[in-house]
Amino acid sequence: MSAIAATDVAIAFGGVAAVDGVSFAVEPGEIFAVIGPNGAGKTSLFNIVAGIYPPARGRVALGADDVTGLAPHLLAQRGLSRTFQNLQIFFRMTAAENVMVGRHLHERRALLPHLFALPSVLRQNRATRQKAEELLAFVGLASFADQPAGTMPYGALKRLEIARALATEPKVLLLDEPAAGCNPVETAEVDAVIQKVAASGVAVVLVEHDMKLVMKISSRIHVLDQGRTLAEGTAAEVRANPEVVKVYLGAHA
Amino acid sequence: MPEFLQFFFSGLTVGAIYALVAVGFTLIYNASDVINFAQGEFVMLGGMVTFFAAAAGVPLPLAALLAIVVATAVGLLLHRLAIEPARGASAVSLIIITIGASIFLRGISAIVFDKNFHSYPAFAGSEPWKIGGAALLPQSVIVLLGAGAIVVALWAFMTMTLTGKALVATAANRLAARLVGINTGAIVGLAFAVSAAIGAIGGILMTPITLTSYDVGTLLALKGFAAAMLGGMGNPLGAVIGGLAVGLLEAFSAGYISSAYKDAIAFLVILVVLFAMPQGLLGRAAIERV
Amino acid sequence: MRRFTQHPYAAVVLLAAIVIAIPLATSTTFYLRIAALVFIFALAVVGLNLLMGFAGQVSLGHAGFFGIGAYAVAVGPTHFAVPSWAALLAGAAIAALLAFLVGRPILKLKGHYLAVATLGLGILIAMVFTNEARFTGGPDGMPVLRLELFGWRARTPLAWYWISGVTLIVGALIAVNLIESPTGRAFRAIHDSETAARTLGIDVARYKLAAFVLSAIYAAVAGAYLALFDALVTPVTAGFLRSIEFVTMAVIGGLGSILGGVVGAAVLVLLPQVLTAFHEYEHVMLGLLMMLFMIFLPAGIVPSLMRLMRGRS
Repeated sequence: MSAIAATDVAIAFGGVAAVDGVSFAVEPGEIFAVIGPNGAGKTSLFNIVAGIYPPARGRVALGADDVTGLAPHLLAQRGLSRTFQNLQIFFRMTAAENVMVGRHLHERRALLPHLFALPSVLRQNRATRQKAEELLAFVGLASFADQPAGTMPYGALKRLEIARALATEPKVLLLDEPAAGCNPVETAEVDAVIQKVAASGVAVVLVEHDMKLVMKISSRIHVLDQGRTLAEGTAAEVRANPEVVKVYLGAHA
Repeated sequence: MPEFLQFFFSGLTVGAIYALVAVGFTLIYNASDVINFAQGEFVMLGGMVTFFAAAAGVPLPLAALLAIVVATAVGLLLHRLAIEPARGASAVSLIIITIGASIFLRGISAIVFDKNFHSYPAFAGSEPWKIGGAALLPQSVIVLLGAGAIVVALWAFMTMTLTGKALVATAANRLAARLVGINTGAIVGLAFAVSAAIGAIGGILMTPITLTSYDVGTLLALKGFAAAMLGGMGNPLGAVIGGLAVGLLEAFSAGYISSAYKDAIAFLVILVVLFAMPQGLLGRAAIERV
Repeated sequence: MRRFTQHPYAAVVLLAAIVIAIPLATSTTFYLRIAALVFIFALAVVGLNLLMGFAGQVSLGHAGFFGIGAYAVAVGPTHFAVPSWAALLAGAAIAALLAFLVGRPILKLKGHYLAVATLGLGILIAMVFTNEARFTGGPDGMPVLRLELFGWRARTPLAWYWISGVTLIVGALIAVNLIESPTGRAFRAIHDSETAARTLGIDVARYKLAAFVLSAIYAAVAGAYLALFDALVTPVTAGFLRSIEFVTMAVIGGLGSILGGVVGAAVLVLLPQVLTAFHEYEHVMLGLLMMLFMIFLPAGIVPSLMRLMRGRS
């Protein structure tokens, strides 16, 4: 079965259908982009899948588990991780510490040992730190390890969020406009990281406005318009689809 | 019946003062998102300055006027020296600043004035009127009428004058107000000044009944805040309703349950409101956007 | 030197050095008494710092927990013939239980709503102490029987200097252990972005509650110490002003800094001593300090000093 699948998902706000019966499925290792003009329902769909609010109808499944309507921290336990469009970095912590927080689900969390710095806790701290350094290296931020996140450049922070999200060892990674606000160099760096993530077997779902990025790296693209699926296919297929061209790509192709 | 009426009258009276404090909170909160814990000190200054000026020989009406002027000046200084420089600070920082200001003002008051209780003669005589077997002080009526007049005047100011409308605009959306040319800094200062004046008037009116001293401010601020929360933080009508409600709740529970824990009512109200309906009676629920 | 100061346990080592050094430098009981008071308040502030500086919450009612500890060691031995050390443990347990019960609903609130809710809680606790005169001696308070361990009575400033000093070191050690653990990282994550913390699987409510309960225990132990040291307890010890003093100590010293808590406590304990001639100016100075620090040095003394040192090197 798919790493993540949405079936006939719908939600309405104030009587207006923001998402109206959308279905998709993403396999491990795929980069699945959701695009559409403003107001198409991308954000609402994303929020449903990310557990911000439940759909009015339809199901979301992670592998064999029905996770419809589950809250974010429960989704995280089941292997779903995400980044944020407007960066929710832990600015007061260093890059390494940010990623270490991501290891939380894989650490032993009993309070008492933490109070007394038992050897098991110290060993675990070292292992967590080790893993964090590996992930920072994976996204090309090894040199920033002990730098306070608040002093890091924007593009680096975008990659840091990805590293942090990967620390939970997710099966599915949701990226909320990973290239937003990035200059071409930063976008290229994010692009490279996303491809590495997919190559490692994670199913990547991204919402993105940067068409060049989407066309370049996506395995499949899902086009939304006014809450409904307009088209789905490879970049070439979607680009050639006259409906899509009419509604969206005309200005961007 | 006479008991009930008695508690009702005293509850209404003290509730009117809480309402004035709550309205003051609301004005400042709406204009600047600041919760001004020094609000109660304006009430304190109203009573204390009036008493000491009168004791120094100034005729009572002039002494009261002086008190209003002093409180207003303190309000403006508070805004200029403590709030403005800290613009952009976190909500908690601002709370600490206003609590610090309240402690500071209380300390100054203890030194400049003294630590005793004071009062001055009621404005319309101190013979209580008998109504339904309960005693109603003329001063209570003055407090209620005064509070009512202030609320009406404030409403008229905000809906019928240009400056008042600028205040409403600033409260609704500060950036937009700036963009249409409103001097929001001055507006916030105005909010502080008006709040201080309102508080002072409350203090002037209530002193013949409740007496005044250097530290009446703290409890008043907290109860006024409870009232503002109950009515819905940011809603002026809610502030009035909240104030009267807290005053009545206090009087009735003191009368029928226990007078030792009279002061606890306001804090229980705070907790209940925060747990059960944080937006208060008339407020709107806050939305957090990511 | 720089690597040492950045080491998380540097603060604890420094603290231990100070605690050991002071009695070597002076045997004047007056100074030892002052130092003991600083250590006692610092203990409460270290706990409050875990809640405010690290987990990013706020409590304007912490003196309530402080008072629970204080009254426990007063009421227990006097009214229930419980030995002081047992009463101390009971006080800490009661404070922890209350924090646990009230914490879940209260910590759903944020910002000034949370501030005022905790404020209300603290004042309600203080009111109980003021009103239940049969047990607590009412507004005038009650005397506290001295701590007695194996026949030895802890009476002198020197004795309490060591008791409070060692407890502070242990308390600071536990706090640093906590901060350098997954729980500590969860606290700090919650402080910076609750939203992100949730998406990483952190049970935000649980950790906020943990911080609240832990800080309540620190406060209760400190309160018990103060009562046993002073041999007296009054409702003032649980009052609004004391809660504000704790927050001021934490903020002035520097939120998020263990050493900052100690510095803040030192400033506020020493201030009235320095101003003994101007006793009436205590409140004026406290209020002024609060305002000036929040406006001009919001980061607090210790973090600002450290930033200065880092800037120079």
